[in-house]
Order: sequence, then C-alpha cells, then structure tokens
Amino acid sequence: MISAITFYLFSAITLLSAIMVITAKNPVHSVLFLILAFFNAAGLFVLLGAEFIAMILVIVYVGAVAVLFLFVVMMLDISFGDLRKGAMQYVPVGLLAGGILLFELISVFAVWQFAKSSETNIASPTPDPKEITNTEALGQILYTDYVFAFQVSGLILLVAMIGAIVLTHRKRPGVRKQNVADQQARTQSDAMEIQKVTPGTGI
Amino acid sequence: METLTFSSLAPIFPELFLACSGLLLLVIGVLRGNVSTRFISWASIIALLIAITIMLGQGTEGESTAILNGMFIQNNFTTFMKFLVLSGLIATIALSIQYLYDDNIIKFEYPLLVLFAGIGMMIMVSANDMLSLYVGLELQSLSLYVLAAIKRDNVRSAESGMKYFVLGAISSGMLLFGISLIYGFTGSTNFEIIGTTLANELSLGAVIGFVFILAALAFKISAVPFHMWTPDVYEGAPTSVTTLFALVPKVAAFALIIRLLFIPFAALSDQWFEIMWFLSMASMTVGAFAALRQTNIKRLMAYSSIGNVGYALIGIVAGGEAGIASVLVYLALYMVMTAGVFGIILSMRRDGHGVENISDLSGLSQNSPWLAYTLALLMFSMSGIPPLAGFFSKFIVFEAAIQSGLYFLAVFGVLTSVVGAYYYLRVIKVMFFDEPVEKFDARTELPRKIIVGLSLAVVVLFILNPSPLIDISALAVSDLF
Repeated sequence: MISAITFYLFSAITLLSAIMVITAKNPVHSVLFLILAFFNAAGLFVLLGAEFIAMILVIVYVGAVAVLFLFVVMMLDISFGDLRKGAMQYVPVGLLAGGILLFELISVFAVWQFAKSSETNIASPTPDPKEITNTEALGQILYTDYVFAFQVSGLILLVAMIGAIVLTHRKRPGVRKQNVADQQARTQSDAMEIQKVTPGTGI
Repeated sequence: METLTFSSLAPIFPELFLACSGLLLLVIGVLRGNVSTRFISWASIIALLIAITIMLGQGTEGESTAILNGMFIQNNFTTFMKFLVLSGLIATIALSIQYLYDDNIIKFEYPLLVLFAGIGMMIMVSANDMLSLYVGLELQSLSLYVLAAIKRDNVRSAESGMKYFVLGAISSGMLLFGISLIYGFTGSTNFEIIGTTLANELSLGAVIGFVFILAALAFKISAVPFHMWTPDVYEGAPTSVTTLFALVPKVAAFALIIRLLFIPFAALSDQWFEIMWFLSMASMTVGAFAALRQTNIKRLMAYSSIGNVGYALIGIVAGGEAGIASVLVYLALYMVMTAGVFGIILSMRRDGHGVENISDLSGLSQNSPWLAYTLALLMFSMSGIPPLAGFFSKFIVFEAAIQSGLYFLAVFGVLTSVVGAYYYLRVIKVMFFDEPVEKFDARTELPRKIIVGLSLAVVVLFILNPSPLIDISALAVSDLF
C-alpha cells in the first residue's frame, strides 16, 4: 500500500516536472525542473530495488550533467526566445509523427508476448537482491562477460574527448600565461640592470 | 565461464594492435604537436598495413571463431570485409596527407580519428552480439562526426558535421530502440540465440524491432529514403573526409547488414525481402535522377553513391551465395573506382584553392591530358561500359538477380544505369569538348599518383583476370550460410 502510494507520487512528480522542463519560460527554471525529474526517477529506481542505478542517477545526472546545463544556461548568452520562435511551425508535423509512433507502440505492446525460450536465453539473470548487492552483481559481469563492450566504450569516450578538444580548443595568441619553469629560471641579471649613477649627470 | 588467455584473443589481434598503436601515436601527437601530422599519418598507414598482415597471417580454416563471450566473431567473411575496410582506410589517408597541408587542416588528430573510425568499422564487421554492434557503430560514427566538422572555421564543414551528428544520433536512437524490442522478445543479445529463437516463433514486436534496426542501418548506407544527409555532408565536409565517407563506412555497414539479415533475422526473410526490394528500387531511382542536375562534383558523387548502394542492394535481395558474393564484388570494385575518382577530385586545385564544380573541369583534356583520360576511363567504368571493371560489377549483380527470378529489379537496374550514364558521360563531355578554362595547379605528389594509378590499373585490367576476386568473395560468403 505504502509502496503503491510512493510509486504514484514519484511518477506523478516526474511527469509533471518533465512537462515543466519543456514549457517553462525561464531556462533556469527548466534546468531546476530537470533536476527534480532526475531525483524522482532515482526514487523510482530505489522502489525497483536498483539502488546502484538510483545513486548513479543522482551523482552523475544531478551532480554533473544538470549542473553543467545550469552553467551553460547562465554563462552563455543564448537568446532562448529567438530559438523558440521558429519552433512552433514544426509542432503539427512533430505531433503527427509522434502520434503515429505512439499508435504503433500501443499496437505492439497490446499484443506483446515473450518468446517461450526467452527465460532460458537470458545470459545473466538478475540475482536475488537478498543475497548480493546491486554493485557487486554488476561488477561480477561488467568486467568479465562484458569486458569487450566495456573496453570499446572506453575507446568511444576517448574519441569523444579528442573530438571535443579538436573542435573547441583554440590557441589564442597574445594571452599571457604563467610559466613556472621560466619564473624559477629567472635570475637577477635577466631582470635587473645595475647602473652606476654619477651624481649630477642622471642616466 | 571460459577463462581469458592472451592466445584465445587471437581473432581480435588486429583491432588490439590498431587500438594500441592509436593510443601510442596519440601520445606522440600530444607531445610533439601539429608538426607531427605527416609523421602520424604515415605511421597510421604502417599500422594499418601491419594489421592487414596480422589478419591475413592468421588465416581461417573456413570456421567461425567466436570469442569474448560470443561478442566477437572471425571467419573468412569478416576477414574479407576487414581487408576491404583496411585497404580503403590506407588509400584515404594516403590520398589526404597532402590535402591536409594544402587546405590548412594540419591537425595530428585527423589520421588518428580515421584510425579509431577504422577500429569501429572492424568491430561492426565482426559483431556477433547487439552490444558489440552498437559500440562498434558508435565508435565509427563519433569519429566520423568529428572528421566532418574538422574544418571548424568553415561554415559548411561545421554545418555538415552538425547535420550528420543530429541525424546520426536519431538513427542511433532508432537502432537502440529496435535492439531493446528484440532483446525484450528473445531475452538475448547474441546473434545466434536470436536467430534460433526467432526461427521457432515470431511476434509483431520482434518484427517492429527489426524494422527499427534496419531503418537505422539504411541510414548508415544512405539508402533512399534515409539518404537526405548524404549530399549535404559530402559537399560540406573537407574533400579528404568526403573521400573517406565515400570509400569505407558503407562497406562496414553492408557487412553488418548482410550478417544481420542472414544470421539473427534469417527467419524474417519474408519481411525483409520486401523492405530491401523497396530500398534498392528507390535508391537506384533517386541516385539516377537527382544526380542529373548537380553542378558540384562532390554532390554528384554523393548521388552516385546512393545509386550504387541501390545496385549493391539488388544482390542482397537476390540472396543466396551467388547474390551475396556479387555484393562483395560490387563493393570492392566500387571502392577501387571511387578511390581513383576522388584522387582526381582532390587534385582539382586552382591558385591554391580547391575547386569542386563540374564546370571547373572544362577543357581538361587540353590542359592536363593525363588527368582527363584517367578520369574519363574511371567515369566510363562507373557508368558500366564494357570492358571496364564497372561493367562486370553491375553484370554480376544483375546476373544474380536474374538467377533468383528478380527480372523486374534487374531490368529496372539496367534502365536506371542508362540514366546514370548520362551524368557520368556529361563529365567527360565537359572535359573534352568544352572551352578550356584556367589550368589546375600542377603539383600532384607521389602517394596520390600511386593510388589513382592502382585504381586505373584495376579498372582497365580487371577483364584479363576477373576470377581471383570472384573466387575469393565466393569463399568469403560460404562462411555465412
């Protein structure tokens, strides 16, 4: 009974805040609603017994991604009003495509059935959560059975990093940078010139 | 669970080697900066050559070896396709080194991104599990998005990268959605297990999931109606990147589609037959008619590649060993011809700037006859005029179609290739019969000459001994069935 109430509470708030994300006028409010949606989704995962994913959602999405969004929204001077101007003309087409997709999905899930052999096909069935924690269960298969996908994901992240640097890093000429080695290597003779000043003549 | 030993990883050695050398070269590049671009390009070519040697040295006794929990497979088919991919990459890098300097894209990351895209393509070819399929595809696509936008201060390059990225992200989303439906129905991501499960029972959900996967992959090979991005990306990206797009990724995507259609989704052949039939028809039509009005030679090659995808798809529709073998021959010869054509497009420079309009070729036969005759032969071959190689590749595909009783598709293919011949021949007409304009810059460096020369040699001399390629592709296909 209590779990049902919490489920409906979490999912209702998730849905409402998701709607607010795309309708809020102020982009900062959008990001804040996004964070609320993430927290509630994490709550739903906890109800499902997937505490690891719930915590990851809070740490990664709320802690990093959403804060990054907030930075972008606040630091960059993007006029969201201008961006939104042209968007309305695509709404009918978008609704049409979305509606067709929704109809198709409903018709698929209405007659959904699992293959009879799907029970035996499962390569790594979910273990009993009473005997093993989420994190341990994930660790046992992530670095053994799925090590290949894991390593290639690492390569993908490397390429993403290279790409971000290639496309955004610029060398700005004329910027004064601190160079510790140069500072340390500086001697008295580099920086100062000692001149004998004879009285009455100046330099 | 099997224990993992180093020797059991033998089938994946080429990829491991490429990944390690990529990382090493990355460190060298970071330490030495962009002055090392030329060194890293040549080092990447050498790494790719060594990877080919490792791969061919292993040899397979006509058996599939699946390793890493069944995620990665090696057999004659994958070796053949990876050989095509690797040699295409070598040709691309060799063609583009001088272009990078001419066009001021001196970035050491360029050859490395090509290398990482290559690893992704090899993983796609060898994928035996939905997970490895997805990670391979993403590794490839992500590198290609960055490459398309690498000339970031050029508006068209940035636009093409952005367009490719957004549409590619949508197709990845469709792919994942399809995979999740298939996984939901069968309870497995492994190709063989999916195949046996679907052979026993089918449901609407699995079919829809399969259609989503197919749509995403049709986007990758730019089959109509998923071709919208191709002309814009081909035109906007730097020409050396366009060369890469035209040569290699489609080979890997074709390998993936062939393996998907005949291993996990063999039971759905009634469904995919109609889809592939339509994709093939539509691609041939759009490729032939939309190219007629193009004035930019890169856009022309984009539509030409769409049309050629249609012809290659005929072989898949025909199915069976003969059909798939004809696809492999078609892809190999198409790659050779395209490498030659792009070698020449890369040399189209005037006053230090690249030019890419067909009208810029006017009177080329008087300004630089060698270039003109080479391009003319390649264009004759692309339009399928005997006795050049392009005729044989089309002939083999149409023959496979007729043997499978697909008379309509074969006749339609012949008709569209007649339409297509018009725009290839128009290039020749412009070169030989129009008033000469200013000369191109004369300098063409050796690697580009070698690649174009090799391409021309294959195109002209293929008629003398066509059997090795045909035999090898027949051998490669025998592992599939």
